[in-house]
Amino acid sequence: MKLSGAEILIRCLKEQGIDTVFGYPGGCVLDIYDAIYRDGTLRHILTAHEQGAAHAADGYARATGRTGVVIATSGPGATNLVTGIATAYMDSVPLVAITGNVTVSNLGRDSFQEVDIAGITMPVTKHNYIVKDIKNLAATIREAFYIAGAGRKGPVLIDIPKNIQTETCEFEGADPAPYSPRPVAAEALAAAAEAIRKAKRPVILAGGGCIGSEAAQNLFAFAKKIQAPVCSTLMGLGAYPASDGQFLGMIGMHGSDAAAKTFRRADAVIACGMRFSDRVAGDRVKFHEGKTILQFDIDAAEIDKNVPADLSVMADVNEILKTLLPLLEQADRKEWLKEAAAYKEYEEANTDKSLPAYRILTALHKYVDADTRVATDVGQHQMWAAQYCKFEKPRTFISSGGLGTMGFGMGAAIGACVGSKKRTVLVTGDGSFHMDLNELCTAVSQKLPLVILLMDNNTLGMVRQWQTLFYGKRYSQTTLDRKTDYVKLAEAFGAKGLVIAKEADIAPALREAFACDGPVLVDCKIGIDDKVLPMIPPGKSFDSIITKI
Amino acid sequence: MKKYTITALVSNRSGVLTRVSGLFARRGFNIDSLCVCATEDEKLSRMTIVLNGDDYTLAQMTKQMDKLIDVKKITVADEDASIFRELLLIKLAAPAQKRSELLEIKDVYKAKVVDLSPESLVMEITGEPNKLDGFVKVVEPYGILEMARTGVTALARGDKCLNDLTDYNEMI
Repeated sequence: MKLSGAEILIRCLKEQGIDTVFGYPGGCVLDIYDAIYRDGTLRHILTAHEQGAAHAADGYARATGRTGVVIATSGPGATNLVTGIATAYMDSVPLVAITGNVTVSNLGRDSFQEVDIAGITMPVTKHNYIVKDIKNLAATIREAFYIAGAGRKGPVLIDIPKNIQTETCEFEGADPAPYSPRPVAAEALAAAAEAIRKAKRPVILAGGGCIGSEAAQNLFAFAKKIQAPVCSTLMGLGAYPASDGQFLGMIGMHGSDAAAKTFRRADAVIACGMRFSDRVAGDRVKFHEGKTILQFDIDAAEIDKNVPADLSVMADVNEILKTLLPLLEQADRKEWLKEAAAYKEYEEANTDKSLPAYRILTALHKYVDADTRVATDVGQHQMWAAQYCKFEKPRTFISSGGLGTMGFGMGAAIGACVGSKKRTVLVTGDGSFHMDLNELCTAVSQKLPLVILLMDNNTLGMVRQWQTLFYGKRYSQTTLDRKTDYVKLAEAFGAKGLVIAKEADIAPALREAFACDGPVLVDCKIGIDDKVLPMIPPGKSFDSIITKI
Repeated sequence: MKKYTITALVSNRSGVLTRVSGLFARRGFNIDSLCVCATEDEKLSRMTIVLNGDDYTLAQMTKQMDKLIDVKKITVADEDASIFRELLLIKLAAPAQKRSELLEIKDVYKAKVVDLSPESLVMEITGEPNKLDGFVKVVEPYGILEMARTGVTALARGDKCLNDLTDYNEMI
């Protein structure tokens, strides 16, 4: 059957089980959009800006585990995707970005809206393509989806020149190439099992890889079997149920005091699908002093990259845990768990519960369930959400970890909401929200049940916090002298606007917000000097933790 | 700092060199030479890279390269079990009175004269990089007008082939 390139693209997307795409039309993707129109079965979410579309496809992928798809035109359309692609790359999110480009004969001539998007995105994609021959189109799309979802997941970009979209060629359908991780040889794990057996005070660090590899169930069984406390990286939140007694919360720069104390006492660290980012490890040298480091990761390059591992297994984390479990006996580390639990109790009793963000985010529990996706932007609000919201299941915390992209939240929340088909929460700040508020119109058009909690402190709070602590309170360019009326703004976009100005407003505002069918923006007034604590100063070790200022 | 030679089979496609060199630049890997050439398989090119670095950099470089979809096979050449060769073309100032001295050096180093003009000559020499270094040092006093070195290329001795290795992307 002869089809045009644009039609082949639509067919190939459907082969991959794609029913929803995010994007923005333009000159060099007109044929793709025409094919979408004529096909009529793909759900296309039109955003306000290509960056929003990229974050939405990313949020969709994080929330569902399926590969997200974003389409943009050539030139500025394509460059607007870059932050979104880089965000997905840093957090290993499977994403396929499709860009149009000028016809092959016009490539390299600085044509109107021509840009070398393959060149630009080379450092932030797992792989990318320029399709210059229609005969390669179908195979390229199939390979792109395979690469995005195989091993350590990530974004892949396919640049399709306009003439390739209109030319025709024979097309034959094919089933998607399934990816299943290689089984791990049990012998390879024997040494790990022995090291775990020998450890007196092991601690498990769960990273984003536990979510990417769907390892939650085996991670839980593993923690129970070896009787070790569990800490999570920002990206790992949700991989282990927060309500479980062995869970100590997040570890790292804004991790819990209990995690830091437990970590300092640990003699073995079992790192599952995490990469010892500087935000986790702090002082890389001190981090592993006096500890046996076991690292389980699918990416060979992550092993020994930031922190040298004493023992490592390179494979899919879920496969590793699954294979390792039968090799281990039920351990008894009651005393060690009791010690960790005592640190947790102490911290719980000594946490400042008067912070408005704490009051609001802990009150949220009554209105959400274990499947509710909570997306964030980047800054103080993000860390508060990570600390105070209790994530019970994987794929419920949607946040830009590696790249730390302010302006990620709105798009990501839209994608998460579309993907989960459930009411979704976005926790954002007044700094971040001004970068992505344009997507409020998308949430309204799509009638998405989105509750936006905007932590409004009139400052770029996280930067201010650093200026307070490390820059002699010189608040350079962080005080936001803005007069934005968020209620009016929400209404202007066709959403609902509410305000939480004091403690007494929390319950009624949340009740009203969660009763709405469409998007609601809740302007939460918080203090300009509210801080995210605990904090370990950058590059410092766990004993430098600041719990009070 | 040590020198390591890395050999890789990569897709013979446009952009592959950019992917590899871009990776080196952004991760701060310093290389001495990079040599790309055709192979017995038209779909593949062979890269020989000489890295100036430590064991950490070597491990990161090979692992990061191995992850690239276009890098099919990669290994670190074993110093004792590989053949390393480099080609040098060198143009020397060679007035008639100096010519015979240069021709003597040529014989010692088994170089070849490939061009001769009244005031200069071009020699060609193949060998391990340190042999070439030695040759350059000896002829330097005569006046090097210009020179071109290809960078080192390497093959393992015996019947082991790079193509027999497993690609990282097949191991995950």
